[in-house]
Amino acid sequence: MSDLEDLYREIILDHYRSPRNRGELETPPAHRAEGFNPLCGDEIVVYLELDDESAGEDAVVSQVRIGGQGCSISQSSASMMSAAIVGKTVAEVRELTRSFKAMMSIHEGELDGDEAMPTGQPGESLGDLEALRGVVKFPVRIKCATLSWNTLAEGIEEALAD
Amino acid sequence: MADISVKDAPADPLSPEEIRADFPLFANREGIVFLDSAASSQKPIQVIEAMDHYYAFDHSNVHRAAYDLAEAATNDMEGARRRIAGFIGATDSAELIFTKNATEALNLVARSWGAANLGAGDAVVLTQLEHHANIVPWQQLAAEKGFEIRWIDLDEDGTLDLSDLDRILDGAKLLGLTAMSNVTGTIPPIRLLTDAAHASGALVCLDGCQSVPHMPTDVKELDVDFLAFSSHKMCGPTGIGALWARRHILEDMPPFLGGGGMILDVSRDGFIPAGLPARFEAGTPAIAEAVGFGAAVDYLESLGMENVRAHEIQLTSYAMRSLTERFGSDITIHGPAEPDQRGGVMSMAFRDIHPHDLSQVLNQRHVCIRPGHHCAKPLMKYLGVGATARASWYIYNDTNDIDLLGDALEAAGEFFSI
Ligand SMILES: Cc1ncc(COP(=O)(O)O)c(C=O)c1O
Repeated sequence: MSDLEDLYREIILDHYRSPRNRGELETPPAHRAEGFNPLCGDEIVVYLELDDESAGEDAVVSQVRIGGQGCSISQSSASMMSAAIVGKTVAEVRELTRSFKAMMSIHEGELDGDEAMPTGQPGESLGDLEALRGVVKFPVRIKCATLSWNTLAEGIEEALAD
Repeated sequence: MADISVKDAPADPLSPEEIRADFPLFANREGIVFLDSAASSQKPIQVIEAMDHYYAFDHSNVHRAAYDLAEAATNDMEGARRRIAGFIGATDSAELIFTKNATEALNLVARSWGAANLGAGDAVVLTQLEHHANIVPWQQLAAEKGFEIRWIDLDEDGTLDLSDLDRILDGAKLLGLTAMSNVTGTIPPIRLLTDAAHASGALVCLDGCQSVPHMPTDVKELDVDFLAFSSHKMCGPTGIGALWARRHILEDMPPFLGGGGMILDVSRDGFIPAGLPARFEAGTPAIAEAVGFGAAVDYLESLGMENVRAHEIQLTSYAMRSLTERFGSDITIHGPAEPDQRGGVMSMAFRDIHPHDLSQVLNQRHVCIRPGHHCAKPLMKYLGVGATARASWYIYNDTNDIDLLGDALEAAGEFFSI
């Protein structure tokens, strides 16, 4: 069961059982983005609020909430993401996203052409998110782990587009 | 677990152990517990060899050539067509159109019959049990033609709610109906629905993807107008499926794909379409696949479809009883409670473990089940879940597979409660 225990680290199960920042935010001022994993039916809703949208890349994530339903990997990844991005600037969030995808992307490029090869340093300041590293051994589950991050990216684009 | 009322169960009309010996995959992957035949079945050596033999001895393009070899290939393919038509109770094999799969067969009905017959003010009726393959083509066409789509809902027990049937069918031109749900296994009362649809002047398009592989099918008895099914779910190869429809309906339908093979004559001014079935089979067909499909039907007929059905009811009954006894309220089995009202498909929720996680842990014990929405999102919505864990069985499964599924579920429960 060692691969399995590598996939389901204790911290992942903890975030799954007690998800952080679960709920909704009022829109506006928050922005709402929805992501689907058509393979397994997972759905993630990300509510994102920036302190000052006109600041562009320097805008700071002031609040985030996560909704939707899904497997332990997609839900814990979303929970960890929400905990990691509050207080960071958009530029920092993008950097973190790149690092996370670098950790995940060993197979991602092959799975789906729309994932650009990330340039960030894998493992850089990922903190708890490091626990998701075991997912790369299970290629079909990479989509679960990256779902919330792709949804977040959509939310950011929407927030900055206004 | 094994002693659960095997005593009072009638003898299995099939011998799964002997049947497994016909399927090379089980020898090549020892220890596999394959419970995903609703997605695609495994293939017996008879089918694999029929296709090999065709390529080694008989292959050329079909039709329109004078040499013996082309005649052999044509005979192989047309022989398969006759046997497959016979398998579903059709007497006129020209009514059986080869397609890529059931999905393409249903799209053919929508794009050809639907496009010619449906417009603003019309209605198509679908049920909440449908697979996306019998939903999306109608939605695509409705977006172009502006007709209405009405729905038959489900009762609490996962069967169709027929209380408002006459009003829903009133003025409708087509009823799209699955003969067996690929999620809950629910078998609707097809003949009753067909009679009601016909009384309202609607045709019936039956999705037989899950029923044709698992029970006797007779299009005359069912009195449907269209029947779609896929070879790969019934021991045959991927890449081929079929649409059966009544001759007079097919004759009035415009060709869907144009090209070689489907014409009688072409000039600079236009074309005259060929007769049936060529009219709907543009381009070089999947010949070896048709041969394999024919061999699959022969294989199933040698077992007897009544026996296949009886075997699956027994296994379903055993699964529902033994897993419920073993896990009590930890397991929820979706769909009808009576095994004879369902096919060999069991969607379940186990404790609060997400289906995706559950199937991952089961995989550790080589137990293959499928998590997800199973291409039936409206049904998922009714069940109030985003996904289910689905186990499904076929001719080569036995009660031992169900016991191993139970053991794996127990292990998964332990794993996630650490
Ligand atoms: C009820 C039902 N309809 C349609 C389909 C589509 O079959 P295919 O993918 O072979 O076209 C399936 C298979 O998943 C099914 O179970």
